[in-house]
Amino acid sequence: MNTVNIKINGNAYSVPSTYTVLDAARDANIHIPTLCYLKDVNEIGACRMCLVEIKGARALQAACVYPVSEGMEVFTNSPKVRKARKANLELILSNHDRKCLTCVRNRNCELQTMCEELGVDEIRYDGENKVYAIDSFSPSIVRDNNKCILCRRCTAVCSKVQTVNAIGAIDRGINTHIGSIFEKSLNEVSCVMCGQCIAACPVGALSEKDSTKDVWNAIHDETKHVVIQVAPAVRAAIGEEFGMEIGTRATGKMVAAIKRLGADKVFDTDTAADLTIMEEGTEFIDRIKNGGKLPMITSCSPGWIKFCEHNYPDFLDNLSTCKSPHEMFGAIIKSYYAEKMGINPADIYVVSVMPCTAKKFEAQRDELKGTGYADVDAVITTRELAKMIKECGIDFAKLADEEFDNPFGPATGAGVIFGATGGVMEAALRTVYEILEGKPMANIEFDAVRGTEGIKEAEVEVAGKKVRVAVAHGLGNARKLLDSIKSGEKNYEFIEIMGCPGGCVTGGGQPIVSARVQAQVDVKALRAKALYDEDRASTFRKSHENPAIKELYAQYLGEPCGHKSHDLLHTHYVDRSDV
Amino acid sequence: MSEKATPAFVMTKEQEEKVQQVIAKYKGTDGALIPVLHEVQEIIGYLPIEVQKVISEGIDVPMSEIYGVVTFYTQFSINPKGKYKIGVCLGTACYVKGSGDILEKIKQILGIDVGECTEDGKFSLEATRCIGACGLAPVFTVNDDVYGRLVVDDVEGILAKYMD
Repeated sequence: MNTVNIKINGNAYSVPSTYTVLDAARDANIHIPTLCYLKDVNEIGACRMCLVEIKGARALQAACVYPVSEGMEVFTNSPKVRKARKANLELILSNHDRKCLTCVRNRNCELQTMCEELGVDEIRYDGENKVYAIDSFSPSIVRDNNKCILCRRCTAVCSKVQTVNAIGAIDRGINTHIGSIFEKSLNEVSCVMCGQCIAACPVGALSEKDSTKDVWNAIHDETKHVVIQVAPAVRAAIGEEFGMEIGTRATGKMVAAIKRLGADKVFDTDTAADLTIMEEGTEFIDRIKNGGKLPMITSCSPGWIKFCEHNYPDFLDNLSTCKSPHEMFGAIIKSYYAEKMGINPADIYVVSVMPCTAKKFEAQRDELKGTGYADVDAVITTRELAKMIKECGIDFAKLADEEFDNPFGPATGAGVIFGATGGVMEAALRTVYEILEGKPMANIEFDAVRGTEGIKEAEVEVAGKKVRVAVAHGLGNARKLLDSIKSGEKNYEFIEIMGCPGGCVTGGGQPIVSARVQAQVDVKALRAKALYDEDRASTFRKSHENPAIKELYAQYLGEPCGHKSHDLLHTHYVDRSDV
Repeated sequence: MSEKATPAFVMTKEQEEKVQQVIAKYKGTDGALIPVLHEVQEIIGYLPIEVQKVISEGIDVPMSEIYGVVTFYTQFSINPKGKYKIGVCLGTACYVKGSGDILEKIKQILGIDVGECTEDGKFSLEATRCIGACGLAPVFTVNDDVYGRLVVDDVEGILAKYMD
């Protein structure tokens, strides 16, 4: 690698010639403040917070886009730099709706943090302060442009990473704002509700549609039997909301906390993930044996499903007909569980705690009401769960571990890895292999489908048949993969697609990690590790070995993909290509 | 949230053919968007959502980007233009000489806002940047006619010439 010699604040460094000044400073542990910069996603030098002085340069330069060169001398901390940064920050604040106390991002806001770090002690300017209507028509995402600082991180994620292009910058000058074409609501365009824009937003301009009030109302309604189920990825991140390290596994504390909120039962969505594997695995074997539509593509991720419905209607028959795990669980809770416990399903209120905002949209789909009731009544994100726990005054970090409730109890390690990219594929292969081969596998860990590579491929020999599999996460990668299949360049039998980069562990409903921390650690890898650790620590690691699932089939469903399953656990999709 | 409801725009066969020719000419070239928007606006007169969709599919540029460009540049319009296009200069010289008041008077007489078109399709109104006629400030234009050294009371008489 070519290097260049530069000086920062008088100290000499040798850095790769491809670096920007910001890269070089960060390597040298010199902090330069940024707002619009999001590593690898948005590097546009727009916010002017990272200004530095460069010897010989005409004006102050934006460190995030200014390349290093031999002999360069940089000053990151001179009086001129500090004064300019502070003035720019004050100008941003002049048009910002400064209602920090009631803001969803209070104490987790990059703008607020920067005000503290740069020593803003008065707001000298009062700007135009245009008033924008809040877009809250989407079931998943709320956009409040009064808080927007026009950093473009949301539009960059939406267009470059996800290739969804639901939002963009509109108009110019003081009228510039972020929105959808012809000022439509997010609900009226091809937004897939993945919430990656929320995760990218440095301030409170984007947030999930809050459902905590509905959940509190149900909990406080004595006629309701409230069941709260929790997705695998939530346990790998919820601790962060209470000061724990990224990647801390907090399963037991999370269960204990939810019980203290007043839920009647707390179940593990991993159980339903195991159920999904039974159904999806059986569906796959059937498609292989009987000439069904291939490749079969997983259907757990509602962001991915909506993306497919808008952009790739030709592939709708390739999607597994399986509902996503939490929807399956809702249907089972309102049928099998209701019968078993002697509760009227009308009195059961199912809450799903999800790392996902698209699940809020999914739960409202008309197709997902097979029992005559909505499978799931409310979806809250990991962040909303943390908020409820805080509202209850629960000291999360000090809770003793507790177990998920019966009759479903703990699930398998196969279910828990659903939360990381490649996990559904790995869980499915563990079961499909054993069903077809009729004997246990020697090594159940499929390294080829693990990791954070955008598209992963593998070939697995099952019962004398070669099965070509692929795993994609993030919708830009999904688009690439589908285009390569469409063009005939690639062929597969089985594909896993997750809408969010990294899979559910870094879903749009997860705790928000600042751009500064994101640049330092690989959040998706750390959270995924927590899930793979839980898999290894599990008594059962294959979905078909889950005792609760065996009992469910024996007592109620009969067989996977049977008549009852068809009614309760499978669904269909809608062509949305005209939107 | 949505804009005022307007009936869907449908291109004539002739317009559609011409638009497709423009798309074919630029397809696959870098920086095609702005020239395509210019030429298509020449053909249609403005750039409604239906036309932007055709361009989006034709040159494979997302709608969000097209809409961003169309709203950024004042030359592009998402509203139909009138038979008489009025442009009031709000450049610095005209502005200090009172073109803001002239604009208000025109709005009041025609009952439309900047960017809009009268219901009979006769007049559309734009506020423009400097048109380079500062010596005549304040000025406004009606199609290719330029009116300068104006006071508010001149407006009514000038518009009357186009009212018939």
